[in-house]
Amino acid sequence: MAPKRSESPAPVVITGIAGNLGRALTRRLHVRFPIIGIDRRPFEGKPKDVEHHRIDVRRRKAEDIFRANRVGALVHLGLVHRPSRSGRAHRDQNVVGTMKLLEYCARYGVRKVVLLSSAYAYGAQPTNPNFLTEDAPLGGDLGSPEMRALIEWDMHAQSFFWKHPRIETVILRPVHVVGRSVRNAPSNYLRLTHPPTLLGFDPMIQLLHEEDLLQAIGLALEPGRRGVFNVVGPGELPLSRVLRELGRTPVPIPHFLAAPVLRQMWRLGLSDFYPGDLPHLRYACMVDGRRAREELGFRPEHTLRETIRAIL
Amino acid sequence: MFEEATDRLSEFLKGMADPAVVARLDRVDARLNEFGVDPFGFDPEVAKTAIPIILFFYRHYFRVQCFGLEHVPAGRVMLISNHSGQLPIDGMMICSALVLEAEPPRIVRSMVETWVPSLPFVSHLFARWGQIVGTRENCLRLLEADQPILAFPEGVRGINKTFGERYQLQEFGLGFMRLALQARAPIVPVAVVGAEEQTVSVHNARGLARVLGLPNLPITPLTPLVGPLALFPLPTRYRLYFGKPLVFEGNPDDEDSVIAEKVKRVRQTIGRMLHDGLRARKHVFW
Repeated sequence: MAPKRSESPAPVVITGIAGNLGRALTRRLHVRFPIIGIDRRPFEGKPKDVEHHRIDVRRRKAEDIFRANRVGALVHLGLVHRPSRSGRAHRDQNVVGTMKLLEYCARYGVRKVVLLSSAYAYGAQPTNPNFLTEDAPLGGDLGSPEMRALIEWDMHAQSFFWKHPRIETVILRPVHVVGRSVRNAPSNYLRLTHPPTLLGFDPMIQLLHEEDLLQAIGLALEPGRRGVFNVVGPGELPLSRVLRELGRTPVPIPHFLAAPVLRQMWRLGLSDFYPGDLPHLRYACMVDGRRAREELGFRPEHTLRETIRAIL
Repeated sequence: MFEEATDRLSEFLKGMADPAVVARLDRVDARLNEFGVDPFGFDPEVAKTAIPIILFFYRHYFRVQCFGLEHVPAGRVMLISNHSGQLPIDGMMICSALVLEAEPPRIVRSMVETWVPSLPFVSHLFARWGQIVGTRENCLRLLEADQPILAFPEGVRGINKTFGERYQLQEFGLGFMRLALQARAPIVPVAVVGAEEQTVSVHNARGLARVLGLPNLPITPLTPLVGPLALFPLPTRYRLYFGKPLVFEGNPDDEDSVIAEKVKRVRQTIGRMLHDGLRARKHVFW
């Protein structure tokens, strides 16, 4: 049953609603759909018409929400690339939690599932074509626990897509999302006054404005849209040009020193740069956004310069 | 500090560049964004810094002569050439010829080896000059965008030939033909005469190269004295012959034997052009 304007549309469940992205998405969607939020964190500045449950998605009570409401769609924002030193438990929770949520969706007849993955999963490698399409293998470095969790998560999402053809599953793989309130690894990196770079390497990168990501999620919720979509911002630029636009002073490190040095600094808490992300300073990991453009009708509204400056 | 130094160096090099060539580079048709960079990383402003060096090699060192540039059609096209010389200077000269002498000037995208992105400095400079990692997807995408592509189907088999094997075309890969069929791109055969004598390599130490993690290790008589500097090319005269475009039709997914037949025609054409070019030249150095 597609939500029609005349009768009241089925509610949309948003997990991870209390984060910056979730709150912004709620402000955008709550005029269109009744919103039910699930997040263990409190929801600051919650609109009055939004229902929020401070629970863990793995609890019985989360299932009760799906049972009690005729949920129309699930938007799962539970995955943000923000490695932390004590991240192990968090990662495992994430994969288990997502599997639980997908189970509820299948059991209670949810018609639309939007899962936010990341173009990170493709991995930065020297053999990458300049623009990876959605069917490219997820070649992220399996030696990095963060990356392994992301790839596992994305593969679960894909198998759900194939196992449940009646559910419209949309997997979004956005490039590095940036924005004033965004606190993911690439944004944090670009906020450093002296970001480390690799001497002699200057990969092309793609950025996406947080508001453009919200637009893509909104489009994914439209009835009839299903599949895996790369979500690409307004253009491509060498990393050095992005850093220059932001007025940063990069610190170039020879690549053979970078890995051991940054790993030690990360372990000792001297640097917030996650060593697992090093390949992204060396090789390009760019994706092709053609499918989202043609099938979702997605067009980024922010220019390249606006997107870069959204960091500030 | 580091950035300042590179900025000053690039300003200096741009100042040295021939303004006529700078103007030609500005006329190249590329889809540049608001920062002046194309989606593949080609940046004309960075490319301009290479002009003084390129011009020195093109005009004064190798004194390149071009024949048949008018055969290169507008729109998508694949330039297929023989490959030699230990260092890919033949590719550099073919690309330069299309910027310096073709009308309108064009940026040729060469398909570089997949290990090039893992080399410091070379990796991003190649990209800023418009060169691309030679994957199928990249090649198709560029042809669909009506860009000229340069490929060396001999690959490392060609570039690492020893001096005794000069002008003997090695086996051609089949991939380029499948791509040409799929993109319906005409093939322009290119014969490079001169590059094959630029380095007198007598042996390729493959075993040692593997130990050192290098793709190849050519040895010249001067290697024991000057090491890697022995790969610096001799000032042979370059002659570039561009042949009439060959148009092939057929299924890009045909059996290897069917594709190989078509590849053979390209290889024979290049072989004949090399033969004619060698007969026409009086001397290796002038």
